[in-house]
Amino acid sequence: MFLPFLYELRRRGVPVGAQEALALAGALKAGLHDSSLDGFYHVARALLVHSEAHLDAFDQAFLAHFKGMEGAGQQLTDELMEWLKEARQRRDLSPEELALLERFNAEELEKLFEQRLREQTERHDGGTKWIGTGGASPFGHSGHAREGFKVGGEGGGGSRMAMKVAGQRRYRGYRSDVVLDTRQMAVALRKLRAFAREGVADELDVEGSIAATAKNAGELEVVTRPPRRPNTRVVLLMDVGGSMDPYAHLVSRLFSVAKQATHFKELRTYYFHNCVYGRVFESSHLVGGLRVTDLLGQVGRHHKLVVVGDALMAPYELAMRTNSDGRYDPTNGKEGLVWLMELARHFERSVWLNPEPPRTWRGNTIEAVARVFDMFPLTLEGLGEAVAHLTKGRMARGRR
Amino acid sequence: MTSSPARFRGTDTYLSSEGLQSAVNCALTLQRPLLVRGEPGTGKTLLAEAVAESLGLRLLTWHVKSTTRAQDGLYVYDTVQRLYDSRFGEGDVRDIRHYIRLGPLGEAFASKERVVLLIDEVDKADVEFPNDLLHELDRMRFRVTETNEDVVATHRPVVVITSNNEKELPDAFLRRCVFHFIDFPDQELMRRIVSVHHPGLDESLSEQALKVFYELRNFTRLRKRPSTSELVDWIAVLKASGVTSLKLDENLPYLGALLKREQDLMAVAEAFGRRSRA
Ligand SMILES: Nc1ncnc2c1ncn2[C@@H]1O[C@H](COP(=O)(O)OP(=O)(O)OP(=O)(O)O)[C@@H](O)[C@H]1O
Ligand SMILES: [Mg+2]
Repeated sequence: MFLPFLYELRRRGVPVGAQEALALAGALKAGLHDSSLDGFYHVARALLVHSEAHLDAFDQAFLAHFKGMEGAGQQLTDELMEWLKEARQRRDLSPEELALLERFNAEELEKLFEQRLREQTERHDGGTKWIGTGGASPFGHSGHAREGFKVGGEGGGGSRMAMKVAGQRRYRGYRSDVVLDTRQMAVALRKLRAFAREGVADELDVEGSIAATAKNAGELEVVTRPPRRPNTRVVLLMDVGGSMDPYAHLVSRLFSVAKQATHFKELRTYYFHNCVYGRVFESSHLVGGLRVTDLLGQVGRHHKLVVVGDALMAPYELAMRTNSDGRYDPTNGKEGLVWLMELARHFERSVWLNPEPPRTWRGNTIEAVARVFDMFPLTLEGLGEAVAHLTKGRMARGRR
Repeated sequence: MTSSPARFRGTDTYLSSEGLQSAVNCALTLQRPLLVRGEPGTGKTLLAEAVAESLGLRLLTWHVKSTTRAQDGLYVYDTVQRLYDSRFGEGDVRDIRHYIRLGPLGEAFASKERVVLLIDEVDKADVEFPNDLLHELDRMRFRVTETNEDVVATHRPVVVITSNNEKELPDAFLRRCVFHFIDFPDQELMRRIVSVHHPGLDESLSEQALKVFYELRNFTRLRKRPSTSELVDWIAVLKASGVTSLKLDENLPYLGALLKREQDLMAVAEAFGRRSRA
């Protein structure tokens, strides 16, 4: 009964596997769903979904799959028992596999299940609805195929609720493929953090002290070390140009989130307008400018540079020449694009986050900027990728 | 495996949705950790208390900080005390056991009765922290290397883990947990939460406060939207000062109890102030 539902979930990007299937089987066996579809909805959601980003997909899968099933109640349990029985009767299950199934031993079963699952999905080629074929999977049905579900007329009570709840698509906003909200930004940024022992040695190093004391023939020798501290330094550069207006709140939220983040050792935030012209600014009203050359003098290569902007402007804006004071200087100034290149070159790791959807990134100034910076969409997924990109190389330098 | 434990249905003072109850019951039955996420103030921390209360179990809390390590939850060996004692001839220095201090996880395992263990704000710690926890949570035992003794859980504790963030937690960890995302309460549920905290509150004040609260939450320019606890506090102040009528404008009393940020206060004054001036 619920296995086809699991395939529906997988098809919609909810990563469910053996552990989830077994947990669900265990819960249904214990009657936690109270023999109702409502109950099943809540139990399945609690056990099959591990992140709010997947709740919407879960709701959609549930709707698609159980439509017309509102009356199904007791049937869920019956079918489950049947499924368990069938699985037990399968001849191609080894005694070990049977024993595993009996015990619901998730860990040991996982490998087996994943392997069978792969075979299954290959065979069905990501088709629409999974259909039990009695194939190689110990979790499939033996012999006769069952398409979808019988629509149970009677059965347990209240089941309409679940369909209604699922239909509201309340969790759409948490999908990881839509533009970010503050909370999600904070999460993504948090991944940038790293720790190191730096600064004044004022923490007692117990192991060190013991070793030193032992060496010292038992005379107490106290060893101290610097405490563990956040070690990520970030430079955040934000475009507040006119075309960014629709994203102004998004951008200011990202700023406030980054500011609140306690896990950065240092965070510098600056603004620019459309493109960087020799100067960046301390406030979004573009006052309190700092020369790019001074900035680069103040921050090291290990700082992570994060630029946020749509990179959309008139082409001449990329070519406009300004000097290091940010003044228009057609003879000795550097082009906007060159200022960007200097920034990109200075930092070991940098990214450009763009709120414009990637399909619009071609044939305009975005394309040019994307050649200078590694560009990621300003979505949860994009930010995640950007952060991964920024933290690459951390290993190579031997810090964790 | 299905010795079905008592079902959780919320408590008199903790209101819970069907989904949340279901998740708690899954965790109890399957003996898996329950991971709860949701906006600040949605009652994640309070849930553990409610579970403990409704099952009549002791609650142990492990408040995770940015420097917390999994080992801290098991035990720490108080070498400093021991060195100190040995120098000044105090305590039973020879017995190392006197200097092993169990952490909350260790205590939960060692407890003679079943307990509820709250691991609060797990996302605060290092990214590797949950993975380090997994091993002990799975095996429900650990070894104190200094004494060569094993601490083995006689009763699997009911583990409630809270987190404000997503994506942070490793997949292996997530897969072992029952998950619930606590929605921000809708107006009806909030009304009930308010009345739990302020029984006998004047109905009209409650209505007005809720209305203003949700108006504020829908105001997109806020950097930090007010949460349940702020509403509860705000109403306490309103009650204490005898306020009877409320409107969302620049004269809204004690707005500072709802909004903690200067910019947010300014944004509200700017957006809702003009209306009354006009
Ligand atoms: N379901 C509820 N029933 C009763 N009171 C609630 C409920 N949810 C929240 N509250 C109130 O909100 C306050 C905050 O709850 P709690 O501290 O548990 O939130 P939290 O989700 O842990 O927040 P944070 O993420 O900030 O730690 C509680 O002290 C209580 O007053
Ligand atoms: Mg809390």
